[in-house]
Amino acid sequence: MSEKKTKRRDFLFTATYAVGAVGAGAVVWPMIDQMNPDASVKALASTEVDISSMDPGKTITVLWRGKPVFIRRRTQQEIAEAKAVNLKDLKHPEKDEDRAKNPEWLVMLGVCTHLGCVPLDQKGDYNGWFCPCHGSHYDISGRIRKGPAPTNMEIPEYKFVNTNTIKIG
Amino acid sequence: MKNFLRIFLITSLVFGISVKSNSAEKIEYLTTDWSFKGLFGKFDRGALQRGYQVYTEVCSSCHSMKYLSYRNLAEKGGPEFSIAEAKAIAASFEVTDGPNDDGEMFTRPGKLSDKFVMPYDNIKAAQAANGGAYPPDMSVLVKARGGGVDYIYSLLQGYEDPPVGMSLDDGVYYNKYMYGNKIKMANQLSDGLVEYGDGTTASVEQMSKDVTTFLMWAAEPHLESRHQMGFKAIVYLIILTILVYFSMKKIWSRVESEV
Amino acid sequence: MSDHEYTPKSKFGKWFNDRLPLLTLASHLTDYPTPKNLNYWWTFGGILTFCLITQIVTGLVLAMHYIAHADMAFDSVEHIMRNVNYGWLIRYIHANGASMFFLAVYIHIFRSLFYGSYKSPREIIWIIGIIIYLLMMAAAFLGYVLPWGQMSFWGATVITNLFSAIPLVGEGIVTWLWGGYSVDNPTLTRFFTLHYLIPFLILGLVVLHIWALHVPGNNNPVGIDIKKPSKDTVPFHPYIVIKDGFALLMFMIVFAFFVFYTPNILGHADNYIEANPLVTPAHIVPEWYLLPFYAILRSVPDKLLGVVAMLSAILILAALPWLDTSKIRSAVFRPLYRQFYWILVADVLILGYVGAMPAEGLYLLVARVATAYYFLHFLVVLPILGYKEKTLPVPLSITEPVLGGSPNLALAKNKENFKD
Repeated sequence: MSEKKTKRRDFLFTATYAVGAVGAGAVVWPMIDQMNPDASVKALASTEVDISSMDPGKTITVLWRGKPVFIRRRTQQEIAEAKAVNLKDLKHPEKDEDRAKNPEWLVMLGVCTHLGCVPLDQKGDYNGWFCPCHGSHYDISGRIRKGPAPTNMEIPEYKFVNTNTIKIG
Repeated sequence: MKNFLRIFLITSLVFGISVKSNSAEKIEYLTTDWSFKGLFGKFDRGALQRGYQVYTEVCSSCHSMKYLSYRNLAEKGGPEFSIAEAKAIAASFEVTDGPNDDGEMFTRPGKLSDKFVMPYDNIKAAQAANGGAYPPDMSVLVKARGGGVDYIYSLLQGYEDPPVGMSLDDGVYYNKYMYGNKIKMANQLSDGLVEYGDGTTASVEQMSKDVTTFLMWAAEPHLESRHQMGFKAIVYLIILTILVYFSMKKIWSRVESEV
Repeated sequence: MSDHEYTPKSKFGKWFNDRLPLLTLASHLTDYPTPKNLNYWWTFGGILTFCLITQIVTGLVLAMHYIAHADMAFDSVEHIMRNVNYGWLIRYIHANGASMFFLAVYIHIFRSLFYGSYKSPREIIWIIGIIIYLLMMAAAFLGYVLPWGQMSFWGATVITNLFSAIPLVGEGIVTWLWGGYSVDNPTLTRFFTLHYLIPFLILGLVVLHIWALHVPGNNNPVGIDIKKPSKDTVPFHPYIVIKDGFALLMFMIVFAFFVFYTPNILGHADNYIEANPLVTPAHIVPEWYLLPFYAILRSVPDKLLGVVAMLSAILILAALPWLDTSKIRSAVFRPLYRQFYWILVADVLILGYVGAMPAEGLYLLVARVATAYYFLHFLVVLPILGYKEKTLPVPLSITEPVLGGSPNLALAKNKENFKD
């Protein structure tokens, strides 16, 4: 067999393998993607919450995308306390103004950033939230102060539709 | 290669028989130039949007479409209303939601994620309102009828006076395409019944075609991507088959035997 | 099993192989000497393996989204079709995959009938194959119930009612199968469980099927025993692998056409109507691949005997290696058997056709004649043919021409007997 012939044969086999591999990859993707959120789950992206009956110092928990969202109407004292914290004392420095657009209302994903448990309200060393799973303490702005959690509790996208309604998502 | 011919012959024979057996009824349905048939078939957007209008204004007072959501109206491969249009459509319906914090159900304007509002609370209510006949849910209706789109298209235009000697009970109508020719739905379509926004003349034939196209999409919302993917898949398979064929020839040339 | 000892080259390979001889197995599978004259009818074994794996993979995926509850099953299938990413694709592959699986298995079975692959020493391979076929029918039936459409519901009702034909205990068995007084939610959940289980049983049996095959090796179109390895054989890899691959791709093109362009043509429209225990569809028809047996069932006017006839039609195949008395395997050298073989093929196709038609008038008559012939073929024609038929001369090996004036297989056997 001449060298030229060998080369052509090698090319043929390589091409066959390569084309076959592309097809195998294309078949695998649908089998993986089917486990991603489906169209109906993606569509349920927003929730509207009526906050007209909430007094200062009260927290409610609502379900959004299968997770709890804490909505707290903070007292003036709590707001002052949250604003007074020195950013240098924080593990994950964030200003309270950046976390609560309207300082009276804190809207935050009620999920501990450590391993996903739901922290308890009005507990812990900082008068905010305390996660019972592994002892993370959050302040009244939901910022991590002590314990294993790496970051502050997440603020979801939300807006005030009117004075009585918050739309999350 | 002779063997392949034989394989294909037998395959087509077997499938020919089963396909024939699936269409046991021999009624000639009306048909039209469906845009979604064929290897590259796509829906006619205009027909889908008009069909949705016919569904909403005519059919939806009795027929539910429980598997569709308003978001589907804006999805690719469907009527492709803009998001804003779909939101406006959704908001024009009153949706029951709840219970609220007081434990009561309440109504609110529809959202994209809501399912199409149902005309009746349950099947019993639908039967009670329609002389005992349940107007079937139309989400998969096209696939649930032997003749498919042609059947629905024909049925909508198949109302006639009953033949001499046939007596019909109250609330029963004669339709030449209905199984047994007796149908509990009165003729719904008449020329000019709806006013199309795009200026198309709303003849009975046109409305039948539009609403049937809409129902086809409702039953098979991924039809367009199925056709597109299918074409690519088959072209790919043919290329790979050719490559493998020549590889096989090469490999088998090492032994003196024919493949 | 293996006719040569394999020693891995690397030190680790040897260490591993001494403890778990996976490499020896892999080497056996790749070097496995295969008759070089296998034609394309032999590629359906590989195609069937592909079908089984496709059904298992797509089935696992569907089970992640399907809800086995009478109130939600139909909705969950529609959810898969509409919302799940690529759900429509996966479901259509699974639904059409069942038909493709049966198409391939029928070709595989009829190939075996033509070339006498069920004969000694391959009886166990054949019987395992029949068990796989039975399990496939069970899996297909159970799977057809899961979408909970009208055909699902009434198919389940009719098939489970077959058991009521058993004297005395029949009614009790049916109630037990249902878990109630009709096909309902308990029936659906147990059918789902069994539908999930059976493919893995089939997988296990496929391993045994192939293991049993590798003991005597493949039959071949000439139907004679061959020396292995010899100039009559080629190693499985790459020769048979590439050939099976080529045939598989051709098969996949047909498969893809059904999935992408006519995904519902093999199904029944009534199954897109949600199950309704109050209304029976006008025609209850099983899926096409069960039609011949359905025709046999309906051609017998007695309930119990009909069920017996239908079961016998399948079980009779297990006795085939002993019913066929001919010593010659391949129909190539059996001119009379060849005629009867094609008559049987036509007979089964006719049974399939009348199975789809209403059981009345001419159809019923044809069904009865075809049923009678089916049993006649196996119980009368085959045993007699073995003694009466004048066969053609059989060659000594695949590569050598027929010896002049020696139609005697015994001679061929003496010369080319098993040496391994």
